[in-house]
Amino acid sequence: MAQMPQIAPIGTEGYLVRFADRLDDGANRALVGFAAALEAEEIDGIVEVSTALASVFVRFDALRIARADLVARLQGLLDSRDWKTESNIAKKRLWRVPTLYGGAAGPQLAEAAKLAGLREEAAVRELSAARVRVLAIGFAPGQPYLGMLPERWDVPRQTELTPRVPQGALVLAVRQFCLFANETPTGWRHIASTHMKLFRPEAEAPFALRPGDEMIFEPVSEHDWALLETDPLGGAQLAEAGDA
Amino acid sequence: MPELLLHQIGPNASLQDLGREGYLRFGLSRGGAMDRLALLEAAALLGQGLDIAAIELPSAPVTLSVDAPQRVALTGAPMLAEAGGRSLQWGASHLLEAGEALSLRPTGRGLYGYIAFGGGIETDLTLGRRSAHFTGGLGRALAAGDVLPLGADNKPSAPPRKLAADNRFDGGRIRFVTGPQTELYSAETRAAFGAARFVKSSHANRQAAKLDHQGAPFAADGQLGVVSEVIVPGDIQMTGAGEPFVLLAEHQTMGGYPRIGAVIGQDIARVAQASVGVELWFEQISLEEADRLYTPENELLRRIRDASEPLLRDPREMNGLLGYQLISGMITGQED
Repeated sequence: MAQMPQIAPIGTEGYLVRFADRLDDGANRALVGFAAALEAEEIDGIVEVSTALASVFVRFDALRIARADLVARLQGLLDSRDWKTESNIAKKRLWRVPTLYGGAAGPQLAEAAKLAGLREEAAVRELSAARVRVLAIGFAPGQPYLGMLPERWDVPRQTELTPRVPQGALVLAVRQFCLFANETPTGWRHIASTHMKLFRPEAEAPFALRPGDEMIFEPVSEHDWALLETDPLGGAQLAEAGDA
Repeated sequence: MPELLLHQIGPNASLQDLGREGYLRFGLSRGGAMDRLALLEAAALLGQGLDIAAIELPSAPVTLSVDAPQRVALTGAPMLAEAGGRSLQWGASHLLEAGEALSLRPTGRGLYGYIAFGGGIETDLTLGRRSAHFTGGLGRALAAGDVLPLGADNKPSAPPRKLAADNRFDGGRIRFVTGPQTELYSAETRAAFGAARFVKSSHANRQAAKLDHQGAPFAADGQLGVVSEVIVPGDIQMTGAGEPFVLLAEHQTMGGYPRIGAVIGQDIARVAQASVGVELWFEQISLEEADRLYTPENELLRRIRDASEPLLRDPREMNGLLGYQLISGMITGQED
């Protein structure tokens, strides 16, 4: 296995800085911190920085920065501190999202709970207490991959796709949640629903979430959940996160 | 405000520009025109800049008119164009009179034709741009009956211009560079990929184009274990079955299928424009070579402008000539 982190060219206008070759919560925290620090450097010639589950993408303008100089800057920043233990990552944000678990809003909750070896009530207790991080945003605009859930939730994706899961659906697989930005087919199990809209092109802040944001999916009653339907964020509250 | 009226338009036509940059981290790819060079060509013909917007016509016929005189630029995949009984040369600008019906018909060569307007298309901006991004849920396909606002054309009498001819509509050699996942493929698989002759599949849209070939699929070692990484435009992604897709304007921002390399920017339009069944093959070039070939789009625009020439009136464009009638007859034959 290659030594990590690793800097490699991708396409003709970018570099990939890999922190791991598999999904790893620690590596993901490290790369989100690295990406934030890289942006703070405001290096002339870097035109875009983006993060995925285990790597950072850096797009550059070859007329403003030479490849060798860019690689040296990236390597210099990588070497400047231990990103795995770095704790001064840009201000963390915590979302609390009103969530309706089970029933028609989460038709596969029972199935997922069984795979995790829990009763439905215990599953809701554990999932709604989990404080998950936005590991990456992708697949659809604004749509987060969230993790990591406790190990018992390392349940596989279904082999058959569920043809249609609605916008706002909270789905689960492989120790992650995904919160759907649009109606979509999926192999993940649909365990709950929210009214949170993740991408609103006309809004002042079109994308609700950023990589590194934390989220808690708090259970609410069907009555309270229904009242939130007209709120663009579905009642989701944003706060700066403490360490608790 | 002048208006553009779409009387008739085929499926999946859309308003396009050079796309939105800077939203990768939020899961939105750049999008924009499938043939970016065609937009630069239109900008060069009309004296516009990199903010140009045009209508993208994916083998989609269109009949349209404007309610005030406008220059139009016709670029990208060649189409048969006629207005008010004149046949109009492709790859050139022309004056369209108010109320004159302009009709464009695909020729089967290339997939994406473009029409842009001297006054510009003035629809509202979303995230700073006008282009539709179907997979990102921005905008929509254009439909018959749509009316789009145009800017006034300040120079309707500017002499028409034409572009130098280009062969990017005919498939052929596609240059690519290796990437961080190329090592997942054995030397034998990479050699077979370089030697293979592909044809463009009908399985192609604004997101990606599949390429078909005879012979064994291109399987990666440890294909299932790849963690999702960023996708760049032009990435050559193999599905689980080892079949290549070239990822285009509306690619997803990250993906877990391995990629053998990435088509260089200059050749992406050649993949996008190839018609179904047209032959394509890949040639690996070094990053140093790719860097030598790299030309930023503002510089490309300047070069295209410098290479364009005044359009001289061609006898074939005149009314009632036998040549025109023959072409017209042929179109009807194709449509049947």
